[in-house]
Amino acid sequence: MNQAVAATEISQVSSRARWRYAKDRAATVGVTAGGIGVIVAVVLIFFYLLWVVLPLFFPASMERIERYAAPGSQAPSLYYAMEEQAEVGLRVAADGEVAFFELADGRVRQSMQLPSPLRAVTEVEVGRGQLAALGEDGRVYRFGHRYQISYPEGAQRTILGRIEQPYGEAGIEMGDGDALAVRETEDRLMLAVAQPAGVRLRSFARVSSFLTEGVELEQEADLMLPQAGAADHLLIDPLLNWLYVVDAERASLQVYDVRQPARASLLETVTLSEGAARITDVGLMPGGISLLVADSQGRLRQWFPLRDANGVHRLRSIRDFRSPGGEAAQALIFEHARRGFVTLSGEGHIGLFHATAGQKVLDESVPGSDFQRGAFSPRANRLLLESTAGELHLYEVHNEHPEISFSSLWGKVWYESYQEPEFIWQSSAANSDFEPKFSLTPLAFGTLKAAFYAMLFAVPLALAGAIFTAYFMAPKLRQAVKPTVEVMEALPTVILGFLAGLWLAPFIETFLPGIFLMVVFLILAMPLTGWLWTKAPAPLRHRVPDGYQPVLLVLPLIIAGGLALLLSRPVEAAFFGGNMPQWLANEMDIPYDQRNSLVVGLAMGFAVIPTIFSIAEDAVFGVPKHLSQGSLALGATPWQTLVRVVLPTASPGIFSALMIGLGRAVGETMIVLMATGNTPIMDFNIFEGFRTLSANIAVEMPESEVGSTHFRILFLAGLVLFLFTFVFNTLAEIVRQRLRSKYSSL
Amino acid sequence: MSEMPNLRGQEQHGFKAWWKSGDPWIWITGGGVAISVLLVAGLLLLIAARGLAHFWPAPIVGASYQAPGSSPMPVLAALRSEETVSRARLESAGLPVRGDQQLYDRLLLKVGNRDLYGSDFRYVISDWLTQRSYPEDATVFERLEWGNLIGYLVAVKQQGNVVADGPQAWEVFQERQERANQLRDDIEHLEKVEIGRINYGLEQQRLKQRRLELENALTAERQAEIDARIAELNADYRVLEDELVALYGEINRDSVVVEVVTGEQINVPLAKVVRGYRPNAMGLFGKLRFYGAKVWEFVSEEPREANTEGGIFPAIFGTVMMVLLMSVFVTPFGVVAALYLREYAKQGFVTRTIRVAVNNLAGVPSIVYGVFGLGFFVYFLGGSIDALFYPEALPSPTFGTGGLLWASLTLAILTLPVVIVATEEGLARIPRSIREASLALGATRAETLWRVVLPMSSPAMMTGLILAVARAAGEVAPLMLVGVVKLAPSLPLDGNFPYLHLDRKFMHLGFHIYDVGFQSPNVEAARPLVYATALLLVLVIITLNLFAVRVRNRLREKYRALEH
Repeated sequence: MNQAVAATEISQVSSRARWRYAKDRAATVGVTAGGIGVIVAVVLIFFYLLWVVLPLFFPASMERIERYAAPGSQAPSLYYAMEEQAEVGLRVAADGEVAFFELADGRVRQSMQLPSPLRAVTEVEVGRGQLAALGEDGRVYRFGHRYQISYPEGAQRTILGRIEQPYGEAGIEMGDGDALAVRETEDRLMLAVAQPAGVRLRSFARVSSFLTEGVELEQEADLMLPQAGAADHLLIDPLLNWLYVVDAERASLQVYDVRQPARASLLETVTLSEGAARITDVGLMPGGISLLVADSQGRLRQWFPLRDANGVHRLRSIRDFRSPGGEAAQALIFEHARRGFVTLSGEGHIGLFHATAGQKVLDESVPGSDFQRGAFSPRANRLLLESTAGELHLYEVHNEHPEISFSSLWGKVWYESYQEPEFIWQSSAANSDFEPKFSLTPLAFGTLKAAFYAMLFAVPLALAGAIFTAYFMAPKLRQAVKPTVEVMEALPTVILGFLAGLWLAPFIETFLPGIFLMVVFLILAMPLTGWLWTKAPAPLRHRVPDGYQPVLLVLPLIIAGGLALLLSRPVEAAFFGGNMPQWLANEMDIPYDQRNSLVVGLAMGFAVIPTIFSIAEDAVFGVPKHLSQGSLALGATPWQTLVRVVLPTASPGIFSALMIGLGRAVGETMIVLMATGNTPIMDFNIFEGFRTLSANIAVEMPESEVGSTHFRILFLAGLVLFLFTFVFNTLAEIVRQRLRSKYSSL
Repeated sequence: MSEMPNLRGQEQHGFKAWWKSGDPWIWITGGGVAISVLLVAGLLLLIAARGLAHFWPAPIVGASYQAPGSSPMPVLAALRSEETVSRARLESAGLPVRGDQQLYDRLLLKVGNRDLYGSDFRYVISDWLTQRSYPEDATVFERLEWGNLIGYLVAVKQQGNVVADGPQAWEVFQERQERANQLRDDIEHLEKVEIGRINYGLEQQRLKQRRLELENALTAERQAEIDARIAELNADYRVLEDELVALYGEINRDSVVVEVVTGEQINVPLAKVVRGYRPNAMGLFGKLRFYGAKVWEFVSEEPREANTEGGIFPAIFGTVMMVLLMSVFVTPFGVVAALYLREYAKQGFVTRTIRVAVNNLAGVPSIVYGVFGLGFFVYFLGGSIDALFYPEALPSPTFGTGGLLWASLTLAILTLPVVIVATEEGLARIPRSIREASLALGATRAETLWRVVLPMSSPAMMTGLILAVARAAGEVAPLMLVGVVKLAPSLPLDGNFPYLHLDRKFMHLGFHIYDVGFQSPNVEAARPLVYATALLLVLVIITLNLFAVRVRNRLREKYRALEH
């Protein structure tokens, strides 16, 4: 052989080999990278859900971004406000100056002068920029601050502030006094001023004038409510129902019913604080239902009116907070939309609270500054504080989800106007003052209730079926039954849900007694058929081989079921007055919904049966044959062998079947969505509906705003479902693997 | 056979002994199987019966209805269903039931004529419906709006002048109806395809202009280009518009006069009528033909009247598109993951854990995938894509809202475990000896994989894919969050570049069932259609599943043969 030729051949071979080797390496790298990539991507689901949910539990924080001297006149300031974008601030000073200023540097943009120096300023409508000021001349000046945002060509957004005076510049005569409260609704304006003789209350009807298209005031009432003590704080609720008069020294509060202003009457006198405490500040929370009272001992207490046994409104103390450092809160600042507030106490202590969640979300202290008043921006992301030294501090506040804590998600919460703490899920409502109620407990309860009723129906059927199929059934029949069950598993749940909602629910309502009869009849029919079969003529019996009982049972079961339905109406007519659902509601006090837990239990049970069936069947079938044969050889009956030998051996597998079935029932969405009324109630009544976590996600997710608390809570619900099923399935899987190795060792 | 229970030879011991032997319990467990199978069979039968019956032309009954204490009323309607109701329930519904009859037959009649009576359906008590007859000339007109019109054909008019009445009217009507339907098809083609193309072109020009503006590259020259193109499209549009006006004039030419049972005569333009038929005059063959036509309409037409009439073609199309796209995503990833786990990864604790985790992902509720899809795909990925590539369309989102792409991806993740598990099972079943033989012959690992292992395991992958498709076709909950709508204005595939519109929303059979069954304003009218849709979906899914089971079983047989 020519050496040169051989060498080229070798080099060709080796270059080809190298190419093949490179391909092999590439395939290894590619598949490994791809495989790991896919698995990582799947793990990502969990981390993504977590990433969305976690901000719910981030602590709040605030940092100072600006600091400057109070803008405008040298007179002490009475009131601060910010506009929506937190660019422009508003200051009202005691000399009557109303000034807009740059929040970035405190430069005054424009200002105007009210006719008189002022004693007090109050908010007429929270968050709408409507104010009223009491002048030293005894007149009340109504004014509002509004903002116009424009986007001029090629320039930055500009915000222009404007002062408007809806009732003109003259003001409304109220007489000189100290404290002031003014509220306005569509058709009424109410003013109250604390004077030495008592509280003067004036009420006007707002009548739209045809000529000017403006609003004119017609006086309805002007009266003096005599006071024994002082009236340091006056408050009127936004619906003009109650007038609260607070005597700070005595810590007492008088509630006047002003629903009919001309006949204002004292409703009750409440002691706001025990001990020798003095009231330092009091305010109405956004929505105007709750009162928040701060006393000199550092206590903060939330009150709101509730109907007592006689249907009369009484103020009730709801919950207490401690201000930071236990020092008296000198001033309270409220957020505009949420039930959040800030306390300012000595030594520069700032406490950030959320009332409904009952928690302090932040405790900050700024040594060397003593804050006395301030304002929240409408979005609650900026806080403006004025120190006693007349310096303004602008803080950036990060506090997206103060209403969420573990206890507010899972515990009972006392919401405004509710008689007692309750579990409530109510994520949205028509009016804007509404406070969303995010308790996951009713949803978790609904989920478990649905799963419970589904399992109640599915477990006996599926286990009985699995045991028979694996242990007693003729192999030929088994080959037909298993695909049937697989088909059952593959049925889309939307079809089950649709049948449950549109066919089964009315069917059950019509045949309610028949459904219960059917349960009894079917159970009785099975052994009865067996007994009758032993009495059947021998030639017939010998023709049917062992393990064909289900085939023999088909006809008797159809007859038994049909009989139950046939008897339904006569039974209903005889015992339940011809209409069982109505009878239940009237006689037994059990409310009946057409789409109820029974319907869901049956439909979802149907969906769960195949899951439990296949896994349990595998477990029972896998029990080594020599175990049962040994038992039978020792003289045990087949049933004894099953109960004493086979089932104990297979029990871990059956347990894992139940776990996986439960996991499926918990996460099922379409069936519960379609077959219940989806009302988040907590009641174990089988004839009422519920709302599950999964259905809740399906209903509310499309409408929820990205990044909002609601959005994140729905993700949390998804995460809870994910973890729940994942943990259950993993447990089941581990048990199953253990069992498999046990079988193989046997 | 000794472990099998003995059905024979135990009767001689009497009931007590029989009871003690545990046999009753065996029968009870057997009952579990029987009930489960009966439930499946019953459910399929129920869906089939209700779904198939819908298209059969129901006879029209003419009768007089008189409730006690009120005057008789003529009725002309199709019988929908019949049930027995107890007296107490009727009383609570406010019916004047008197005497001592306890049970009543209640009929649900489809009276049609929603524009006249306010609702399509009416419950009547069978006993009070007297003088029933089945008039041969009772006619049902299916209309484009207001549902069916049931009455008698009086005359056919052309531009308001009677051209036929009496017995000839029916012939003339059928002829002219044919013509009107033809014209309607032409109009639809013109509106949907031709004008749709122009609208799409105009929208593209608008977006182009906006994009250039955003990039500060809108020169006068380009503006002129765009303006010229717009002018061109508008010119095209005017031509089509003229055509359209002419066609509308044609189609509005004819009308029919129909007398309803109350004696009122109403004039219905043929443009608003889809078809008319006389069920009482139809023979079996005629009914069968009608049935076939209705079934064809159901699978090939678009829905009408808030999805309560017409067909479900867009839903079928959307489902198929989504499933196909999902297969494109899920197959490579699923197979690669399975190959890695089975062929490349070092077997041990980690792979075991991964396997358990993948298995369990199949048990994670589908709505969780929907939540993930909405958050991650739609808002996060879609939002980013919009900001980067489609700034000209903002603030209206392109990919930042649910659509075909995101729905397919979400379902691909959802069905990934199915494909991985099935492929892995297939790989595990290939005997070691085959792999070793290939390696011993000098093939590299990759070659063994590519030439030997993959071809052999391809049926297993097929099984996985079929199961995944079956699962995806029936899944609704996650789709509700990531792009399914009740009525999509256009299909995701059309003649406008780029032909496949991944960002479009689409319709889906499963969601259609949910929406029409539960969100429809006229549930009673929609119900049979929902059954029919359900039947179609069930058939598709069962076929797919049985097919997958067969493939799997064949495969198992094959490898069993290989091992020996």
